[in-house]
Amino acid sequence: MRLKVFITLKPGVLDPQGQAVTRSLHALGFGEVREVRMGKYLDIELESATRETAQARARSMCDQLLANPVIEDYRFEIEE
Amino acid sequence: MRWGVIVFPGSCDDHDVYDCLKRDMGQNVKLLWHKDELVGSFDCLVLPGGFSYGDYLRCGAMARFSPIMRGVIAFARDGGLVLGTCNGFQILCEAGLLPGALVRNAGLRFVCQQVWLRTEETDTPFTSQLKKGQLLRMPVKHGEGCYYADTATLERLRKNRQVLLRYVDAKGKTSPAANPNGSLDHIAGICNEGRNVFGLMPHPEDACDRLLGSDDGLKIYGSIAAAAARKGAAGASTRAG
Repeated sequence: MRLKVFITLKPGVLDPQGQAVTRSLHALGFGEVREVRMGKYLDIELESATRETAQARARSMCDQLLANPVIEDYRFEIEE
Repeated sequence: MRWGVIVFPGSCDDHDVYDCLKRDMGQNVKLLWHKDELVGSFDCLVLPGGFSYGDYLRCGAMARFSPIMRGVIAFARDGGLVLGTCNGFQILCEAGLLPGALVRNAGLRFVCQQVWLRTEETDTPFTSQLKKGQLLRMPVKHGEGCYYADTATLERLRKNRQVLLRYVDAKGKTSPAANPNGSLDHIAGICNEGRNVFGLMPHPEDACDRLLGSDDGLKIYGSIAAAAARKGAAGASTRAG
Protein backbone atom coordinates (compact mmCIF):
# COMPACT_ATOMS: atom_id res chain seq x y z
CA MET A 1 0.00 0.00 0.00
CA ARG A 2 1.11 3.55 -0.63
CA LEU A 3 0.43 6.35 1.80
CA LYS A 4 0.52 9.92 0.55
CA VAL A 5 0.64 12.53 3.30
CA PHE A 6 0.06 16.24 2.63
CA ILE A 7 1.09 18.64 5.37
CA THR A 8 0.07 22.28 5.13
CA LEU A 9 0.50 25.34 7.34
CA LYS A 10 -2.64 26.29 9.23
CA PRO A 11 -4.40 29.43 8.05
CA GLY A 12 -2.90 32.41 9.84
CA VAL A 13 0.59 30.95 10.20
CA LEU A 14 3.03 33.21 8.36
CA ASP A 15 4.49 31.50 5.28
CA PRO A 16 7.46 33.61 4.12
CA GLN A 17 8.52 30.93 1.62
CA GLY A 18 5.09 30.97 -0.01
CA GLN A 19 5.20 34.78 -0.13
CA ALA A 20 8.63 34.72 -1.83
CA VAL A 21 7.35 32.24 -4.42
CA THR A 22 4.27 34.44 -5.00
CA ARG A 23 6.51 37.45 -5.66
CA SER A 24 8.70 35.46 -8.07
CA LEU A 25 5.67 34.19 -9.99
CA HIS A 26 4.38 37.76 -10.24
CA ALA A 27 7.78 38.89 -11.54
CA LEU A 28 7.58 36.18 -14.22
CA GLY A 29 4.25 37.49 -15.38
CA PHE A 30 1.90 35.12 -13.56
CA GLY A 31 -0.23 37.98 -12.30
CA GLU A 32 -3.21 35.69 -11.71
CA VAL A 33 -1.48 34.09 -8.70
CA ARG A 34 -3.28 35.30 -5.59
CA GLU A 35 -1.41 33.41 -2.88
CA VAL A 36 1.04 30.50 -2.55
CA ARG A 37 1.13 28.41 0.60
CA MET A 38 3.97 25.91 0.79
CA GLY A 39 3.64 22.53 2.42
CA LYS A 40 5.21 19.08 2.58
CA TYR A 41 4.41 15.89 0.73
CA LEU A 42 5.51 12.50 2.02
CA ASP A 43 5.32 9.34 -0.04
CA ILE A 44 5.31 6.33 2.28
CA GLU A 45 5.28 2.65 1.39
CA LEU A 46 3.30 0.57 3.85
CA GLU A 47 2.81 -3.08 4.63
CA SER A 48 -0.64 -3.10 6.16
CA ALA A 49 -3.11 -5.98 6.20
CA THR A 50 -6.19 -3.83 5.67
CA ARG A 51 -7.07 -0.35 4.55
CA GLU A 52 -8.62 0.38 7.95
CA THR A 53 -5.41 -0.56 9.78
CA ALA A 54 -3.41 1.60 7.37
CA GLN A 55 -5.72 4.55 7.99
CA ALA A 56 -5.51 4.27 11.77
CA ARG A 57 -1.72 3.90 11.66
CA ALA A 58 -1.37 6.82 9.25
CA ARG A 59 -3.39 9.07 11.54
CA SER A 60 -1.20 8.04 14.45
CA MET A 61 2.00 8.78 12.47
CA CYS A 62 0.75 12.25 11.58
CA ASP A 63 -0.39 13.05 15.12
CA GLN A 64 2.80 11.84 16.76
CA LEU A 65 5.51 12.98 14.40
CA LEU A 66 4.75 14.04 10.82
CA ALA A 67 2.70 17.16 11.58
CA ASN A 68 2.88 19.67 14.40
CA PRO A 69 -0.72 20.47 15.40
CA VAL A 70 0.30 23.93 16.63
CA ILE A 71 1.16 25.13 13.12
CA GLU A 72 0.13 22.43 10.65
CA ASP A 73 -2.85 20.54 9.26
CA TYR A 74 -2.58 17.23 7.42
CA ARG A 75 -4.55 14.96 5.15
CA PHE A 76 -3.62 11.66 3.57
CA GLU A 77 -4.57 9.28 0.80
CA ILE A 78 -4.06 5.53 0.68
CA GLU A 79 -3.53 3.71 -2.59
CA GLU A 80 -3.53 -0.06 -2.90
CA MET B 1 25.06 22.60 41.73
CA ARG B 2 24.92 19.83 39.11
CA TRP B 3 24.18 20.65 35.47
CA GLY B 4 23.44 18.20 32.69
CA VAL B 5 23.83 19.23 29.04
CA ILE B 6 22.05 16.97 26.56
CA VAL B 7 24.00 16.12 23.41
CA PHE B 8 21.86 15.28 20.38
CA PRO B 9 23.29 14.24 17.00
CA GLY B 10 23.74 17.64 15.36
CA SER B 11 23.97 19.67 18.56
CA CYS B 12 26.69 22.27 18.11
CA ASP B 13 26.40 24.52 21.15
CA ASP B 14 26.73 21.73 23.73
CA HIS B 15 30.39 22.59 24.31
CA ASP B 16 29.63 26.33 24.38
CA VAL B 17 27.26 25.68 27.30
CA TYR B 18 29.76 23.28 28.90
CA ASP B 19 32.62 25.79 28.67
CA CYS B 20 30.50 28.67 29.88
CA LEU B 21 29.39 26.72 32.95
CA LYS B 22 32.68 24.97 33.67
CA ARG B 23 35.30 27.54 32.79
CA ASP B 24 33.51 30.81 33.34
CA MET B 25 31.38 29.79 36.30
CA GLY B 26 33.26 26.87 37.86
CA GLN B 27 30.14 24.70 37.86
CA ASN B 28 29.83 20.91 37.95
CA VAL B 29 28.69 19.95 34.41
CA LYS B 30 28.11 16.63 32.69
CA LEU B 31 27.46 16.07 28.98
CA LEU B 32 24.64 13.55 28.52
CA TRP B 33 24.30 11.52 25.29
CA HIS B 34 20.76 11.53 23.92
CA LYS B 35 20.63 7.74 23.50
CA ASP B 36 21.20 7.11 27.19
CA GLU B 37 18.52 7.13 29.83
CA LEU B 38 18.65 10.08 32.19
CA VAL B 39 20.27 8.80 35.36
CA GLY B 40 21.71 10.71 38.26
CA SER B 41 20.79 13.78 40.19
CA PHE B 42 20.71 17.18 38.51
CA ASP B 43 19.67 20.70 39.45
CA CYS B 44 19.30 21.91 35.88
CA LEU B 45 19.22 20.27 32.46
CA VAL B 46 20.20 22.27 29.38
CA LEU B 47 19.08 21.47 25.83
CA PRO B 48 21.66 23.26 23.68
CA GLY B 49 21.51 24.87 20.26
CA GLY B 50 22.39 23.20 17.01
CA PHE B 51 20.68 21.27 14.28
CA SER B 52 19.55 18.05 15.94
CA TYR B 53 18.77 15.36 13.37
CA GLY B 54 19.74 17.85 10.67
CA ASP B 55 16.56 19.86 11.38
CA TYR B 56 14.85 17.28 9.14
CA LEU B 57 11.04 17.34 9.00
CA ARG B 58 10.84 20.22 11.53
CA CYS B 59 13.43 21.65 13.92
CA GLY B 60 13.37 19.54 17.07
CA ALA B 61 10.70 17.14 15.79
CA MET B 62 12.85 14.04 16.03
CA ALA B 63 15.07 15.01 18.96
CA ARG B 64 11.92 15.09 21.01
CA PHE B 65 11.76 11.28 20.72
CA SER B 66 15.38 10.62 21.74
CA PRO B 67 15.50 8.11 24.62
CA ILE B 68 16.82 10.68 27.12
CA MET B 69 13.77 12.92 26.52
CA ARG B 70 11.53 10.58 28.54
CA GLY B 71 13.67 11.41 31.57
CA VAL B 72 13.87 15.11 30.67
CA ILE B 73 10.08 15.36 30.42
CA ALA B 74 9.59 13.54 33.73
CA PHE B 75 12.26 15.78 35.34
CA ALA B 76 10.46 18.90 34.10
CA ARG B 77 7.05 17.63 35.23
CA ASP B 78 8.56 17.07 38.70
CA GLY B 79 9.55 20.73 38.82
CA GLY B 80 13.20 20.29 37.77
CA LEU B 81 14.80 23.29 36.02
CA VAL B 82 15.12 22.89 32.25
CA LEU B 83 16.69 25.47 29.93
CA GLY B 84 16.53 25.26 26.13
CA THR B 85 18.47 27.67 23.94
CA CYS B 86 17.84 27.95 20.19
CA ASN B 87 17.39 24.37 18.95
CA GLY B 88 16.78 23.45 22.61
CA PHE B 89 13.85 25.90 22.65
CA GLN B 90 12.50 24.29 19.46
CA ILE B 91 12.79 20.82 21.03
CA LEU B 92 10.99 21.95 24.22
CA CYS B 93 8.10 23.29 22.09
CA GLU B 94 7.94 20.09 20.03
CA ALA B 95 7.95 18.06 23.26
CA GLY B 96 5.00 20.04 24.58
CA LEU B 97 6.96 21.36 27.58
CA LEU B 98 6.51 24.90 26.23
CA PRO B 99 3.54 26.22 24.23
CA GLY B 100 3.74 27.40 20.61
CA ALA B 101 6.27 26.69 17.88
CA LEU B 102 9.29 28.22 16.14
CA VAL B 103 8.87 28.66 12.40
CA ARG B 104 10.91 30.02 9.47
CA ASN B 105 12.24 33.57 10.03
CA ALA B 106 9.90 36.11 8.47
CA GLY B 107 12.75 37.53 6.36
CA LEU B 108 13.75 34.01 5.22
CA ARG B 109 17.38 34.79 6.07
CA PHE B 110 19.47 32.92 8.59
CA VAL B 111 20.16 35.63 11.17
CA CYS B 112 23.53 35.78 12.94
CA GLN B 113 23.86 38.97 14.96
CA GLN B 114 23.91 40.57 18.38
CA VAL B 115 20.48 41.59 19.64
CA TRP B 116 19.09 43.57 22.54
CA LEU B 117 16.67 41.83 24.89
CA ARG B 118 14.40 43.35 27.51
CA THR B 119 13.81 41.48 30.76
CA GLU B 120 10.03 41.24 31.18
CA GLU B 121 9.68 39.11 34.31
CA THR B 122 12.03 38.44 37.19
CA ASP B 123 10.05 36.05 39.38
CA THR B 124 11.53 32.93 37.75
CA PRO B 125 14.65 30.89 38.53
CA PHE B 126 16.08 31.98 35.17
CA THR B 127 15.77 35.74 35.57
CA SER B 128 15.84 36.26 39.35
CA GLN B 129 19.12 38.19 39.28
CA LEU B 130 17.84 40.61 36.67
CA LYS B 131 15.74 43.74 37.07
CA LYS B 132 12.46 44.25 35.29
CA GLY B 133 13.17 46.18 32.09
CA GLN B 134 16.90 45.39 32.25
CA LEU B 135 18.49 45.22 28.80
CA LEU B 136 20.71 42.30 27.81
CA ARG B 137 23.06 41.94 24.84
CA MET B 138 23.29 38.47 23.33
CA PRO B 139 23.79 36.83 19.93
CA VAL B 140 21.17 34.99 17.90
CA LYS B 141 22.00 32.55 15.10
CA HIS B 142 19.07 30.74 13.56
CA GLY B 143 16.94 30.29 10.47
CA GLU B 144 13.77 29.19 12.24
CA GLY B 145 13.30 31.36 15.29
CA CYS B 146 10.03 33.11 14.55
CA TYR B 147 7.86 32.40 17.57
CA TYR B 148 4.28 31.48 16.71
CA ALA B 149 1.28 30.60 18.88
CA ASP B 150 -2.44 30.98 18.31
CA THR B 151 -4.29 33.95 19.79
CA ALA B 152 -5.61 32.04 22.81
CA THR B 153 -2.13 30.77 23.68
CA LEU B 154 -0.60 34.24 23.30
CA GLU B 155 -3.30 35.63 25.56
CA ARG B 156 -2.51 32.97 28.18
CA LEU B 157 1.23 33.72 27.95
CA ARG B 158 0.57 37.40 28.63
CA LYS B 159 -1.91 36.76 31.42
CA ASN B 160 0.43 34.33 33.22
CA ARG B 161 3.44 36.59 32.53
CA GLN B 162 5.30 33.78 30.78
CA VAL B 163 7.13 36.01 28.29
CA LEU B 164 10.49 36.52 29.99
CA LEU B 165 12.44 38.22 27.17
CA ARG B 166 11.48 40.39 24.20
CA TYR B 167 13.57 41.67 21.28
CA VAL B 168 14.02 45.43 21.58
CA ASP B 169 16.27 48.20 20.25
CA ALA B 170 19.17 49.72 22.19
CA LYS B 171 16.71 52.01 23.96
CA GLY B 172 14.54 49.13 25.13
CA LYS B 173 11.65 49.71 22.70
CA THR B 174 10.06 46.99 20.60
CA SER B 175 9.94 47.64 16.86
CA PRO B 176 9.79 45.55 13.66
CA ALA B 177 13.41 46.58 12.94
CA ALA B 178 14.59 45.28 16.33
CA ASN B 179 12.82 41.93 15.85
CA PRO B 180 15.32 39.72 13.99
CA ASN B 181 12.93 36.95 12.92
CA GLY B 182 9.36 38.26 12.95
CA SER B 183 8.43 36.59 16.25
CA LEU B 184 4.87 37.32 17.37
CA ASP B 185 4.72 39.97 20.07
CA HIS B 186 8.55 40.31 19.79
CA ILE B 187 8.92 37.15 21.89
CA ALA B 188 12.52 35.98 22.41
CA GLY B 189 11.97 33.65 25.36
CA ILE B 190 9.11 32.12 27.35
CA CYS B 191 8.67 29.90 30.37
CA ASN B 192 6.00 27.33 31.15
CA GLU B 193 3.17 27.94 33.62
CA GLY B 194 5.16 26.22 36.37
CA ARG B 195 8.04 28.65 35.69
CA ASN B 196 10.61 25.83 35.77
CA VAL B 197 11.09 25.39 32.01
CA PHE B 198 12.58 28.25 29.96
CA GLY B 199 13.23 28.42 26.23
CA LEU B 200 14.89 31.26 24.32
CA MET B 201 16.31 31.71 20.83
CA PRO B 202 19.32 33.89 21.86
CA HIS B 203 22.46 32.26 23.25
CA PRO B 204 23.39 33.25 26.82
CA GLU B 205 26.32 30.76 26.68
CA ASP B 206 27.82 32.76 23.82
CA ALA B 207 27.58 35.97 25.81
CA CYS B 208 29.81 34.77 28.64
CA ASP B 209 32.83 37.06 28.27
CA ARG B 210 33.30 40.71 27.33
CA LEU B 211 35.81 39.56 24.72
CA LEU B 212 32.83 38.02 22.91
CA GLY B 213 30.98 41.32 22.99
CA SER B 214 28.97 40.73 26.16
CA ASP B 215 28.88 38.74 29.36
CA ASP B 216 25.17 39.29 29.93
CA GLY B 217 24.49 35.58 29.42
CA LEU B 218 26.13 34.88 32.77
CA LYS B 219 23.22 36.71 34.40
CA ILE B 220 20.85 34.02 33.14
CA TYR B 221 23.08 31.11 34.19
CA GLY B 222 23.91 32.98 37.40
CA SER B 223 20.19 33.33 38.18
CA ILE B 224 19.75 29.58 37.74
CA ALA B 225 22.73 28.81 39.99
CA ALA B 226 21.37 31.14 42.66
CA ALA B 227 17.91 29.57 42.41
CA ALA B 228 19.36 26.06 42.70
CA ALA B 229 21.41 27.13 45.73
CA ARG B 230 18.25 28.46 47.41
CA LYS B 231 16.41 25.25 46.54
CA GLY B 232 19.39 23.18 47.71
CA ALA B 233 19.36 24.99 51.02
CA ALA B 234 15.65 24.23 51.33
CA GLY B 235 15.92 20.54 50.44
CA ALA B 236 17.57 17.95 48.23
CA SER B 237 17.98 18.52 44.49
CA THR B 238 15.42 17.03 42.15
CA ARG B 239 16.26 13.43 41.32
CA ALA B 240 16.12 12.38 37.74
CA GLY B 241 14.86 9.06 36.47
